Amino acid sequence: MSQTSSESMQISVAAGKGGTGKTLVATSLALALNDVYPGRIQLIDCDVEEPNAHLLLQPELGNEEPVFVLVPEVDLELCTRCGACAEACQFSAIAVIRQAVLTFPDLCAGCGACAYVCPTGAITEVQRQVGTTRTGTAASGEISFVTGYLNVGDQRATPVTGAVKEQIDPNRIAILDAPPGTACPMQETVEGTDYCILVTEPTPFGLSNLRDAVETSRRVGVPCGVVINRHGVGTSGVEDYCAATGLQVLLRIPQRREIAEAYSRGETLAEARPEWRDDLVGMYGKIEDVVARAATEEGVS
Amino acid sequence: MKVAISSAGKDLTSPIDPRFGRCAYFVIVDTETMEAQGYENPGALAGTGAGVAAAQLVANGGAEAVISKVLGPYSFAALREGDITAYTGASGTVKDAVEQFNNGELEVLADANAEADAGSKRRG
Repeated sequence: MSQTSSESMQISVAAGKGGTGKTLVATSLALALNDVYPGRIQLIDCDVEEPNAHLLLQPELGNEEPVFVLVPEVDLELCTRCGACAEACQFSAIAVIRQAVLTFPDLCAGCGACAYVCPTGAITEVQRQVGTTRTGTAASGEISFVTGYLNVGDQRATPVTGAVKEQIDPNRIAILDAPPGTACPMQETVEGTDYCILVTEPTPFGLSNLRDAVETSRRVGVPCGVVINRHGVGTSGVEDYCAATGLQVLLRIPQRREIAEAYSRGETLAEARPEWRDDLVGMYGKIEDVVARAATEEGVS
Repeated sequence: MKVAISSAGKDLTSPIDPRFGRCAYFVIVDTETMEAQGYENPGALAGTGAGVAAAQLVANGGAEAVISKVLGPYSFAALREGDITAYTGASGTVKDAVEQFNNGELEVLADANAEADAGSKRRG
């Protein structure tokens, strides 16, 4: 678990529904906080299937580092075709079909169960590259930037997400831009962070996906709050839901053409109108309070 | 010899199920004695790679051939590597399918004839 002092915090930015403004909020927050804590901020793009934070922060990035998973390799001389590996595998990634031993690396979760149960030691785990990570800096070298990419055609994002998160600097305030949805890639991103900002839009679709995202955040034990983007359109459902469930609304970003225009130019909220920086820093203050309170309640100093 | 038929039910009177990877059951029938054993198909619940789980089941049951209709890439590859021949063109119940097989009325499937996960309800 990460510490709770303001010198080091991990905040994930997620949403049930895609396109609500996660990356806009995450990158805007990073830039705003960098003004207050220069050189102390890190932006981690955890959407490894479709990273886009680099479009807004324009980082200078270093070389790609490969991300590997372990997949089984079977020595057919040692294998007795007993089928213990196939029985152990929960993903149908290894099968013994009569005399044939088949592995399906793209189904493999890299758990190692097959190698573990093999009675003759016929299975070795070998590396298979599934993606890459890259690190660098943004905002004239002040913001540390990490991004990752899952190879096209590969199905499991979580190994690459994990590799990206390994680059988190424990001495910085880390803002994690999550992928959309509430499935494994989002959970892998949010789990272990101190707080999750859920960005939504005030529509029935936004509300429906927000509920899923709140439930998911709670299941992984991360306190959450809401940013309502495109405030002023749609229905009151999201506000009513937040009021009824005690969910804190951290910020309301109005539906304004100038924001969309800025975004289309690759500008964040923090750059489009300087006033936004105060709002974003204020939001961070609210998050700090929640995290500090939670730590006190847990008896952690 | 033993033949596995993709089926909607557990016995000889059940209608055949056209999907190999995600059929509800397999009925493994001894073509000489007509003894039949029904099995729930683990592939029916699989998110992906259903054909592998299904092929594993029929191989474990001692089948040397399968009778089905729609086989995706995982299904076909697993069966082919294991030297299990896939037959198609059957109709009616499991019992009808075995009789059609014994009479030589069925065709050998030369390749996968569906995309991965085609039998899943999630598609479309």
